[in-house]
Parts: sequence; C-alpha cells; structure tokens
Amino acid sequence: MHLLAVAVAHFVAAAAAPALVRLLGRRAFLVLALLPAATTVWALTLYDDVKDGGTVTSVVDWVPSIGLELAFAVSTLQWVMLLIVAGIGVLVMTYCAWYFKDGDPGLVIFTTSFTAFVGAMLGLVLADDLLVLFVFWELTTIFSFLLIGFEPTKRASRLAAMEALIVTTLGGLVMFVGMLLLGQEAGTYRITGILADPPSGPAVTVAVLLILVGAVSKSAIFPFHFWLPGAMAAPTPVSAYLHAASMVKAGIYLVALLAPAFAGVPGWHLSLLTLGTVTMLIGGWRALRQRDIKLLLAYGTVSQLGFLTVVFAIGSRTAALAGLAMLVAHALFKAPLFLVVGIVDKQTGTRDLRELSGVGRAMPAVAAAGIIAGASMAGLPPLLGFVGKESIFAALLELAHGETAGVPGWAGWLVVAGLVAGSALTVGYTVRFLWGAFASKPGVEPTVVKAPHPAFTVSPVLLAALCLGAGFAGAPLTTAFAPYADTLAPGSHEEYLALWHGFGLPLLFSVVAIAVGVGIFLVREPLCRFQARTALPVTAEGVYRFGMRAVDRSAVEVTGSFQRGSVANYLAIILLVVLALPGYAAVRALLDDSSRIELVGYDRLAQPIIGLVIVAAAIATVRSRRRLRAVILAGVTGYGCGLLFLVQGAPDIALTQVLVETVTLVVFVLVLRRLPEYFTNRPLTRRRYWRVALAAVFGTAAAVFVMIAAAARTASPVSEAFPQASVDFAYGKNIVNTTLVDMRAWDTMGEISVLVAAATGVASLIFLDTRMSGIRRVADIPYPKGVEKQPTRPGRRVWLPGPRTLSPDRRSIVFEVVTRLVFHVIMVFAIYLLIAGHNMPGGGFAAGMVTGLALMIRYLAGGRYELDEAAPIDAGVLIGTGLFVAALAGLAPMAFGGTVLQSYDVYVDLGFLGEPHLVSSVVFDIGVYLVVVGLILDLLRTFGSRLDRQILRAEREDDSVSRATGGVH
Amino acid sequence: MQVNLTLLVVVAALMGAGVYLLLERSLTRVLVGLVLISNGVNVMFLVASGRAGTSPIVGSSDPDGMADPLPQALVLTAIVITLGTVAFLLAMAHRSWQLNGNDDVQDDVEDSAIRKLAIDDANSDSYDLSTKGQHEDDPVEEGA
Repeated sequence: MHLLAVAVAHFVAAAAAPALVRLLGRRAFLVLALLPAATTVWALTLYDDVKDGGTVTSVVDWVPSIGLELAFAVSTLQWVMLLIVAGIGVLVMTYCAWYFKDGDPGLVIFTTSFTAFVGAMLGLVLADDLLVLFVFWELTTIFSFLLIGFEPTKRASRLAAMEALIVTTLGGLVMFVGMLLLGQEAGTYRITGILADPPSGPAVTVAVLLILVGAVSKSAIFPFHFWLPGAMAAPTPVSAYLHAASMVKAGIYLVALLAPAFAGVPGWHLSLLTLGTVTMLIGGWRALRQRDIKLLLAYGTVSQLGFLTVVFAIGSRTAALAGLAMLVAHALFKAPLFLVVGIVDKQTGTRDLRELSGVGRAMPAVAAAGIIAGASMAGLPPLLGFVGKESIFAALLELAHGETAGVPGWAGWLVVAGLVAGSALTVGYTVRFLWGAFASKPGVEPTVVKAPHPAFTVSPVLLAALCLGAGFAGAPLTTAFAPYADTLAPGSHEEYLALWHGFGLPLLFSVVAIAVGVGIFLVREPLCRFQARTALPVTAEGVYRFGMRAVDRSAVEVTGSFQRGSVANYLAIILLVVLALPGYAAVRALLDDSSRIELVGYDRLAQPIIGLVIVAAAIATVRSRRRLRAVILAGVTGYGCGLLFLVQGAPDIALTQVLVETVTLVVFVLVLRRLPEYFTNRPLTRRRYWRVALAAVFGTAAAVFVMIAAAARTASPVSEAFPQASVDFAYGKNIVNTTLVDMRAWDTMGEISVLVAAATGVASLIFLDTRMSGIRRVADIPYPKGVEKQPTRPGRRVWLPGPRTLSPDRRSIVFEVVTRLVFHVIMVFAIYLLIAGHNMPGGGFAAGMVTGLALMIRYLAGGRYELDEAAPIDAGVLIGTGLFVAALAGLAPMAFGGTVLQSYDVYVDLGFLGEPHLVSSVVFDIGVYLVVVGLILDLLRTFGSRLDRQILRAEREDDSVSRATGGVH
Repeated sequence: MQVNLTLLVVVAALMGAGVYLLLERSLTRVLVGLVLISNGVNVMFLVASGRAGTSPIVGSSDPDGMADPLPQALVLTAIVITLGTVAFLLAMAHRSWQLNGNDDVQDDVEDSAIRKLAIDDANSDSYDLSTKGQHEDDPVEEGA
C-alpha cells in the first residue's frame, strides 16, 4: 500500500465526517475509528519489513523539474510512532462515541477536525521529506487550534487556542528556516538521504538548532511549556490524544529522528539536556499545586515531555532504547489517565480534587485503570513505566561516566540529579492525582457519581491493561526497538529492556524517587503554601503576553503614524521615498560621471514648438478652477503628445493617441454634465506650497531619472532584429503592429483583459445592478398621443431615426445630416485600418477607436435611442466575443502543430478586387478590435445613455416639486 | 546615447503638473493629474527610445534610420490602458458625487480611529478580544 494513501484516506474520511455525524450522531466515531484501526493492523504487518533495520519507502514525483517529491518512509522509529498514533487514535475515537452527547454543538466540526488530525499526524510521522514533514507539522498545529477552540463562544477557549497556535507556529516557522538551510546544505530534502550522509559545518549547526526550536515549541518544552496547560480548554479526548499521546510527541520524534546524525552538533546537548531537565522539574513542581486534576495531568505531561527530550537528546544506544520504551509507556499511561479524568468529569460534574471524594469506590473499574496507569507513570514495577525508567537511569549513568561525546561527566551528574528529582516529583504528583481523583477524603461528602456506560470505560481499561502487559514484554520490545537503537553509538554495556536488571544504581534511583515522592505527597499542604509564597513574579506566559501586547501596541503606533487616512498623505510618503532612494542613486550617478550624458536640444525643429504648447497647457491645467477647462487643457497636452509621437516617427501611436484623446474628452464631457462646474473651493493653506514644491521636485527628478537611464544605454536595442522578424515570422511590414499581434502578443492579450475589467468596473459603478438595461429600437417606442406616424416611403425617410425621441430644441438638423453622410464612410475607414494595419499604420486598436468615434457621433447627434439603432447589441456581448476571438486566435495555431499565438499567412484571390495577403494574426486583431469597440460602446451606454436617463428623472422630479410648491403659493 | 532636452522638459512639466493634481482631494483633479502623468510617461518612452526616425514600416525607408518600434508598441498599449483607467476613475468620481454630493476623496474613518488609539496608547480591539483577562487555570490561592 502506498504510504501517502494512509494520510489521504483519513482526510477523505474527515470530509465524509459531517454526513456521517448527521446520519449516526456521535456513533459516527465508531465508523470513523475503523480507519485508524485498519492503519494499526497494517502497521503491525509492516513489522517484518522493519525488524531488521529495513525501511519501507514510497515516493510520488510532484514537481520533478525542481526535485519536489512526496516521499514517505517507515523504519523502526516511525513504526513505533505509527502504532502509537493509529492505535491510541482508535481507542480515543471509540471513547468519543460515549464522551459526547448527540446534538452537542460543534460535534460536526470536532469529528471532522479530529479525523483530519489523525491523517495529518500519520503524514507527519511517515514523511521522508523535510518540506512534506513541515506541511503535515503545520496541519497538526491547525487542527490542534480548531480542537482547542472547540467552544468558540468561550473566551478562555479562544484564548488558549490562539496561544497554542501562535507559540507552535512561531516555532514551526523557525524550524522551516532551519529545514530549508539543512536541505540546502545537504543538497537534498529527503530525510533518509540527509541522515545517511549528514552534512556538517556552521550552517548545519545553525540549521539543526533552528529545527530544535520548532521541536521544543511543539513539545511544550521550557520556555514554551505554558501553551500546553492552556490547551486543556479542549475536550478531554483531545487532551488525551493530541496533547498527551500524539501531537506533542512530534517534537520528541524530531529529536529522536535527528539524534543519530546530529547529536554531535555543538549546542545540541547543552540546549536539549538543560531545557529538558528544567522542563521536567518545572512541570512536576507546578503539577503539585494544581487542584484541577486535568491540569495536574497537563503539567505532568509537560514534565514527562522534558524527560523524554533529555533521553532522546543523549543520543546513545542505551538512551534510544530506553527512550522508545518510555515513549510507548507515556502514551500508554497518559492517554488512559486523561480518559479517566474525562469519565470522572462527566459522571460527577467536577474536576476539583477538593470536591471529589469516594469516586474510586463508586467506579472501581475506572479507578483500577487509573491506578495501574498512574503506577506506570510513577515508575512502579511491574509496569512498562518502570521498565523504561530503569533503562533511562542506566543511560544517564553512561552519560555521567562521560561515555557520551561532548558531555562532561559533571554535567552528566547534574542531569542525573535533575531527573531523579524530577522522578520524585512525578511520584509525588501521581499520588496526589490518584488520591485527589479516587480517594475518600475525611470531612468531604462523597461525590454523587452517575454510573458510566460500560462501553465508556473500555478504552482506558484496555490501555491500562496494555501498561501492565507490556511491562513483562521487555525482551520482545528490545528486539523490536533495536534497529533504531543500533543507529546510535553503543555504550559500555549492552542494555536491554527488562523488569529486573539486578541490584544497582538504577534500582536505587527508583527507590529514592518513590520514597521522596511519597514524602512530597505527605507534606502537600505546607508545600502548596510554600509554592504560593515563592512563586516567581516573572513567568514564561507573562513574557508571552507582554510580547503580544508589545506587538499590538507597536502595530497601533506604526499604523497611527503612517496611516493617517488621507490618500494625499500616502501618495506624498510614496513620492518622498521615490525621491529619497532612486533620487539618491541619481545624484550619485551624476556626481560620479556626468560626462557620459550627451544632451541635444532637439531632433526636429517642431519639437520645441510643440513642447512649449504642452508645457503651457500643463501649467494652465493646474491653475484652472473649472472642471471643463482643466479637462480640455489636459486634452491639449494629449494632442500635443500625439504630435510629438508623429514627429518622432511613430505614426501608429500618434494615431491612437489622438483617437484616445478624443474619446477621453467626450467621455469626460459626458460625465462633467453631472458634476459641479467648479472644483470645491478650498482655503489656500501652507500645505499647498508644500505640494507645489513636491510636485516641482518630483517632475524634475522624473526627467533626471529618464535622462540618466537613456544616457546609460550602451548595448544596441533588442528591437534591431524586429524589422526582419516582422516580415519573416509575422508576415507584416508595420513593425509596431506585428509587435502587438505577434512578437509581444501576450502583452496585448493582458491589455485587452484589463480593458474588459475596466469596462466591467465602469458598468457596475453606473448601472449598479445589470448592464442588460434593455436595448430599445426606435420602432418599438410608442408615439405620444396625438402624433401620427409618417409613412416611410422612399423620399420620405428621415436622416436619422433616433432624434425624433429628442425634444426639438435639442436637435440639430445639420448635425444629423452630416452624421448620416459620414457614418458609413468612417466605418469603412475603420475596417480598412483593421485589415491594412498589418502593413501600414492602423491595427485593431486604432480601428476600434475609429468605430467607437463613429458610434459616438451617432449618439451625440441622435441621443441614446440613436446609439441603440447604430449598435443594437449589448456591450458586454461585444467585449466577451472580442476576448473569446482573441483567445481562440491565440490557441488556434496549436491545432496545426504550432505554438500559441503563432502566425500563418495566406493569399486569397478575390478576382478583380485583387489578391489580399491575409495573415492569421488579423483574427487576433479582430478580437482586439471588438474589445475596444465594446469598451467605447459601454462607456457611451453608461456615461451617455444611463446618465441621460438619470438627468431626465432628476428634471422630472424638479418639475413636480416646483409644480407642487407653485400650487401652495 | 544622446538625450533630447526638449522632451526632458516636457516630461518634467507633465509629471510635475500631474503630481500636483494627484495630491488634490477632488477626484476629477486627481483624474486629470493621472492623464497628465500618463502623457508624461509616454513621452519618457520617446526619450528612452532614442533619436527621432522614420516610421517603422518595412520597405518604406532604410531600417537604420527607423525609429525604435518596441517602445512604440509599449506606448500604444499604455495609451489604451490609460483610457480604461480614466473611464473607471471617472465612473468612481461620478458615483462618489451621486452618494456624497461631491467627488472629494474622504479621509478614512477607520484610520483616524486607529490614530486615536495610538494617541491614547491603547491596544487594538483584536488584542482585547483575544488576550485580555487572566487564565483560569492558574488560580492565585491554592490548597489541597
């Protein structure tokens, strides 16, 4: 079976979960649990493949060109994790089927997230590629976030979810940087590849330490430990599964994964052994003062995670063997303990150990499971926890004897002391937990306990039984774990997992820990008081909160100082940056070597004359207070530019510029009908002089930039080959046009798409709902009462049909006659431009503009109905067809084995009309033509017809108002 | 390469005038400023494309004396896009006039609210919503 399929199957199941929940209610968990159950069985069958140190891999090429692949692998370490994740997943999901009630709000989201989490966690464990690992890593973070925030209406729930998310993603991002660095140094992102041939050097050291940040934050190691107790806001199954058995082990897993290759990296032992030991002590110490039994366990988990980190960080064979035993032991005892807490909570309604009394007597089976699991946690024989701890002490002794490279003996003894103390604390809080949850307390009334459904208790009982059974399975476990342990340096003696190693220091440590732990429990009340007195004012969580507040405050300050809400201010800031950075570069360039810049006054005599007009018009534009005046003067600069283009030797853009300028002017005038004649009067302030100064400096700077850029040119232009290419490949003589429709046709494609977007934007701003406002032909409009229809015999035809809808004082017969005469001529000219544009000035843009102007003349002469007569088609249809035709013309060559937008030419014999040379790119140009015509038609319909209607309506309202007021007087 | 001073002056005038108008509040003036700036940028292309020449049409003249066709194609694209932009902004100016009775660009109310927070040295709403208050899992007084 493909390894990827394991994770994907869970995601598919998660997608199906909502339907299942709707169908079966909470029993959907039982169906969904079949999937991890199947995974567990499958994992067990893998044992034969991994027992001799083998690796099962499967790889899917994802993006082969950049070496991206979805690689998955299973060897012993992954196999153990796989069993934990899938196996405990089955039991917790079964438990969920009784933990929840049908109709619990959020049950659907919970089920989905939980199932998806199992998939993500399996993916994380199976991943054999650093990037794939990272993706699943972050997925588990996200699902953890969703599951902690199970009750989004509770603030505590939201807060805890956010805290966990921020802390773990922060670590995750740091880890990602480390992974990229490591992958770069190793030359591969395949984990098996990196481990087989580990790179070294300072960059690798940094990379590994960065990765450890991620591991430490995920596994709630000091100083990131505080998010885990907060995460207890989640429902208990989540605490048991994500925050005890599986997800928080991801960091430990990563340490275990990297230890064989990178345990020797400088800083590895120092950081992990210190942080792990500190975490174990802090967690244990704080667990001792909790009165919520779930929180007590949470701090216990923090403590145990520190413990595991230390063990795997050592990186010796003994430690690895002991670590795996402890990893399994922890999953097997912590999960049932949480599940037991969930049962107690559900059946009594409280988790406060001061209120619970006599629960053990009421629920003996649950209590028995709790006690067995607790005993395993405390490290009592004959349970797996004891087996693991014995071997851990053996590994620690090797460390203390200086057998581990890079760790001096005294440091090893410090770790030993820390962990023995930590174990004593573990015993202490375990007893406190068992006493708190189950004992009958003098002076406390026995808690009322509803009897749990037997099925509810199956999972914890089963897990506790496994704790007990596995304690006797030292020999098979040793065999199973050996392939991983053998990848690490062996110690002075061959360690094996067993209940009895003979008398020695490890046994002594266990005895000491148990004795001291019981002692700690006995003095619990003075100890709590002592803890409350000596609590540090600074906590890691406090630092986190301070950091979050600082981030928020600085965001507010930065936003407040730069985002003033005035667009002009933003522009000014942008312009100042342009002046500061490129301006600085320009000044440097001028100072360094201004000799390169050769200025010439003008190329043609016409240039200074036109230039003068443009400059004068630009200044007058700025000074004008009337809208229309400003627009016309801006138009003058536009026409001036058109002339400059012509003089420069650019007839195509000159033509287009003049046409566009005309269209712009008309459109402006159409809209300005509706706007006030003068600009809003504003008092003259000092700011205005600032604006003048900024504008003057910026205008000069822009000229200087382009001067330096133009003068810096040394190479010959890329377009030198264009004339030849134009004829050879695009079959046209007008190089600008062939550039547009062939050589740089993608630009044109993008451009007409922008036009489509602009036209759509305009239409939606003016029509507000739909562009399909109904095109009405003149013939459909009923005549007003008392008006006879004139027969339309030849000789009695009107010049234009539309103007009869206008009031007589708005009509101009001369204009109508001229329009009638020139319209078709202009249209023919437009089509000529379209076809001839390939070899002479013209092309789709110019032709479209000319057609647009023809329509514009019809509209101006005869009003909106005349426009509908001239173009009885929806502008959107035209634009869409244009874009479609252009795209089709671009794709068509592929059908003939060519590339997108390739040109073909053909000669058509039209008899006496001649033999036009047709090029396939003309079709593309026709698409462009249609889009441009559609755009202008759209502008006329919106700014023209639509505004006409609005004006008419406003006039009618005014009339009726004045008539009404007139009646009063 | 020789640089045409006349065109540089035109660029400076158009860009300067355009920027001045762009910093105004009235959307119509902003729009006119945009038109001027577009013209200025198009002239910039002329400056960068080198000496004036003959029309870039094969066969009509010697290729060595032709004006550079590539900037011309780019300018042509730019001209048409400007039309689209102008039309869109014009529609916005009209809509603004329809809604507010003027076409002035208003200051952003939300932004000034944030500015007030900054002056008051206060936290944002999102911070208060997500983190204010104490954890309930770490009670002050404890016992067994």
